[in-house]
Amino acid sequence: MTRVIKYVFYDILRTRFIMLYTLFLLLSTFAMFQLDTDTGKVVLSLMNIVLMVVPLVSIVFSTIHFYNSYEFIELMLSQPVNRRVVFLGEYFAVAISLCFSFTIGVGIPVVLYGTGPGGFTLLFTGIMLTLVFVSLAFLSSVLTRDKAKAIGVALLFWFYFSLIYDGLLMWIIYSFMDYPLEKVTLALVSLNPVDLARILMLLQLDISALMGYTGAFYKDFFGSSMGFIFSSAILSLWIIIPVWGALRIFKRKDL
Amino acid sequence: MISVKEVRKNFGKLQALKGVSVEFALGKSYALIGPNGSGKTTLIKSVLGLVVPTSGEILVDGESIRNHWSYREKIGYMPQIGRYPDNMSIGQLLDMMKNIRKNPPVLDEELIEAFKLGNMLDKRMHTLSGGTRQKVSAALAFLFNPPVLFLDEPTAGLDPVSVEILKDKILKEKESGKLMIITSHIMSDLDELTTEVVYLQEGLTRYNDSIADLKDITGEQRLGKAMAKMIRSLENNRQVAINN
Amino acid sequence: MKDYIQYSIQFLLILLLLPAAANKIVVQPEGKVRSIRSAIALAAPGDTILVKSGTYREGNILIAKPVVLIGEGKPVVDGENKVEVFTVEAGHVTIEGFRIINSGVSSMKDLAGVGSLHSHYLIIRNNDFIGTFFGVHLSGANHVVVEGNTFKAALRSDHETGNGIHLWHCAEATIRNNVINGHRDGIYFEFVTNSIISGNTSEKNHRYGLHFMFSHDDEYTNNIFRDNGAGVAVMYSQHVRMVNNIFDRNWGPAAYGLLLKDIRDSHVEGNRFDQNTIAIYMEGSSRTEFKRNTFVSNGWAIKLQASCDANTFTENNFKSNTFDLATNGTMVLNTIDRNYWDKYQGYDLNKDGVGDVPFRPVSMYAMVVERIPTAVLLWRSFLVFLLDRAEKVFPAVTPENLKDDNPTMKPYDIG
Repeated sequence: MTRVIKYVFYDILRTRFIMLYTLFLLLSTFAMFQLDTDTGKVVLSLMNIVLMVVPLVSIVFSTIHFYNSYEFIELMLSQPVNRRVVFLGEYFAVAISLCFSFTIGVGIPVVLYGTGPGGFTLLFTGIMLTLVFVSLAFLSSVLTRDKAKAIGVALLFWFYFSLIYDGLLMWIIYSFMDYPLEKVTLALVSLNPVDLARILMLLQLDISALMGYTGAFYKDFFGSSMGFIFSSAILSLWIIIPVWGALRIFKRKDL
Repeated sequence: MISVKEVRKNFGKLQALKGVSVEFALGKSYALIGPNGSGKTTLIKSVLGLVVPTSGEILVDGESIRNHWSYREKIGYMPQIGRYPDNMSIGQLLDMMKNIRKNPPVLDEELIEAFKLGNMLDKRMHTLSGGTRQKVSAALAFLFNPPVLFLDEPTAGLDPVSVEILKDKILKEKESGKLMIITSHIMSDLDELTTEVVYLQEGLTRYNDSIADLKDITGEQRLGKAMAKMIRSLENNRQVAINN
Repeated sequence: MKDYIQYSIQFLLILLLLPAAANKIVVQPEGKVRSIRSAIALAAPGDTILVKSGTYREGNILIAKPVVLIGEGKPVVDGENKVEVFTVEAGHVTIEGFRIINSGVSSMKDLAGVGSLHSHYLIIRNNDFIGTFFGVHLSGANHVVVEGNTFKAALRSDHETGNGIHLWHCAEATIRNNVINGHRDGIYFEFVTNSIISGNTSEKNHRYGLHFMFSHDDEYTNNIFRDNGAGVAVMYSQHVRMVNNIFDRNWGPAAYGLLLKDIRDSHVEGNRFDQNTIAIYMEGSSRTEFKRNTFVSNGWAIKLQASCDANTFTENNFKSNTFDLATNGTMVLNTIDRNYWDKYQGYDLNKDGVGDVPFRPVSMYAMVVERIPTAVLLWRSFLVFLLDRAEKVFPAVTPENLKDDNPTMKPYDIG
């Protein structure tokens, strides 16, 4: 599999899009650090990039890449190779290149300007979200044969996790405001990787906002090492389950 | 070598193959012919394992290909449109293809030399013309010296010189006892290259015999004419059958 | 007649000089006087008792005459977790330079390191109070000075920990340069008037760093209140001046930098509020001026309940707070003017340093969270961003007139 990863990875690294993405992250991160002397505030602005831009770019790029590689995947599959190897090879190549872009684009400024543990949480969640949305992209790619439809499904995933889900969550919180909702919301938050990542970052970066009763409950939970293990495990499930489902479908898929 | 037994394939409501049974024997060369949408590509993809049949069985060397992949060592495939990662160079593509095989056999680099691809190893795929990409596809299909070759519209998009090079190569390999399965819309090419014809229509094999016999029956000298006559008579027979 | 006057003057002089010529009694473990108790018994009013270093376990030490107790080399006076260490029942007593440890703990009596009832002009200076239930407990005492002491409570459960400096019904007290750590309330004032609290550091106390009730005309300046369970509470008081204090890291579900409840005619200036869940929470307060304070990185800089009126907020700096201002009402009865808000996105065309469009410090989401605290979970999500943006364009939920008409473009330079 490493051979497949290697070649696809080299190929993706040289696409203009990945270069632009890296450059965009690098420039905007540097610009933010230049414009604002308060590194804490910069990391909060970067958090918006991590929560909005990273998932969107990851899912759209991965979906388009998958469809653009369709014939090539076909060609590889006409060789004596296992489907699993080809599929996971593609997945890892895309995931590694996007993570690579993100780590370069955001990681270098963050390390240079020194933001402490907040910066590392940012990098960690950014990489996790990249992996999650590449997984979702591969799932949406194998769900349909049509490129436009797959991009539509991918955008829908993004839209759902970034906006619609929070709307529903808000509605639930509003409807049941008289009940103690901490544990319920904890479960609900875990069902959305973007929310989970956001709260992980808030606990590092914007803790004063989260010190009300609800916040304190979350702080106690996620602040413990058990909480960190839990949230990392949930995010990992968000990576593994979609890609595992996609692989199952792909193995029987007609190309 | 390859036996296709009662293979059906449905894409949703569409029945692409409605129970196709064909035998492809080593040392023979088949022209796979049929109108658009007749199931040619589905049949090739089924044998390559790219499409999973709804029912029926495909045997390669007597073994079912279902859930297997190593049999594809024996098959070289030249797709109709070869599309490759934009930023990969020809050299890298060839390396990669050699690399993903666990135990590559003795390589056949005749076509690489004949097409002068060796001078262009550094070129990226997206800079190549359609014809050059066809050459790459052809070179790849023959590279591993497989006993079976599937060539899907091999001459489309190639310049006349290259067409001749490729034809020579096909004939040479056929002589050496390989199994060739070729689809093409250019009947004269098939006439030169193949000895058998499999005619598919609406997901069924309508005709499966040697080209010599076909020419005999129809009394035509050229494959194109012979096919046209044969198809017309098939139509008539069906008309008669319906009328009766 | 002349002689009579002369003799009278001489007599008065002798009377006046008498304390200066007072005896000095030395207490040391191996000396003539071995206990503080016996020294007090020997002493005449005005005498100085010098206690050499050593450990003194004498149970409760009652001081019922005006004497000066000075510890040399921090002698340890141990209450052995049973009794109040010093009980003062006379005025003009000084206790200085002791290490007062392990008072008794009682749910019935407020046992202290130094306790006193109705004694005036006490000076308690440069002592260490370690593991005392209450540190200093003064009732009905006027003109007391508590200065330069450190207080470190034992690690006990909440109800077994008393206040560091506890004053009840006192006047003209000076509480200066003390360090208080780990008590229930760091400094507790109830019915204390005309007093000064300055230069103290009160941190890691279970409840409030400073708990302040029914205490008028007091001033507290240059104190640091840090990491206290619930911050600082100032309640039911008038004419309080709170100047140049630091309210730092008071975090928790019910923690405030400064809780103001029923405060009138007071003045809050030059304070710094850093990383508190709520920097200032105000309820039923009026006619109080907030000027030149700095609010940095708080969850809420100011929570202003609708029951507050006629307060003014001017020349304050608001930076990096999650919410600058939250309120539960729609009426605007307070004045907010000429502050610096880092969230202000307006412009200044005439370059006078004041933004040309008003700033609305109450965000829509602050209102939502005010009603539904759980909703804070969605903070910084895209949804909330959109809602806040929409609200800025079409204000529907936030109070229309709650705004700063003259937001400054640059922060004030406050120390």
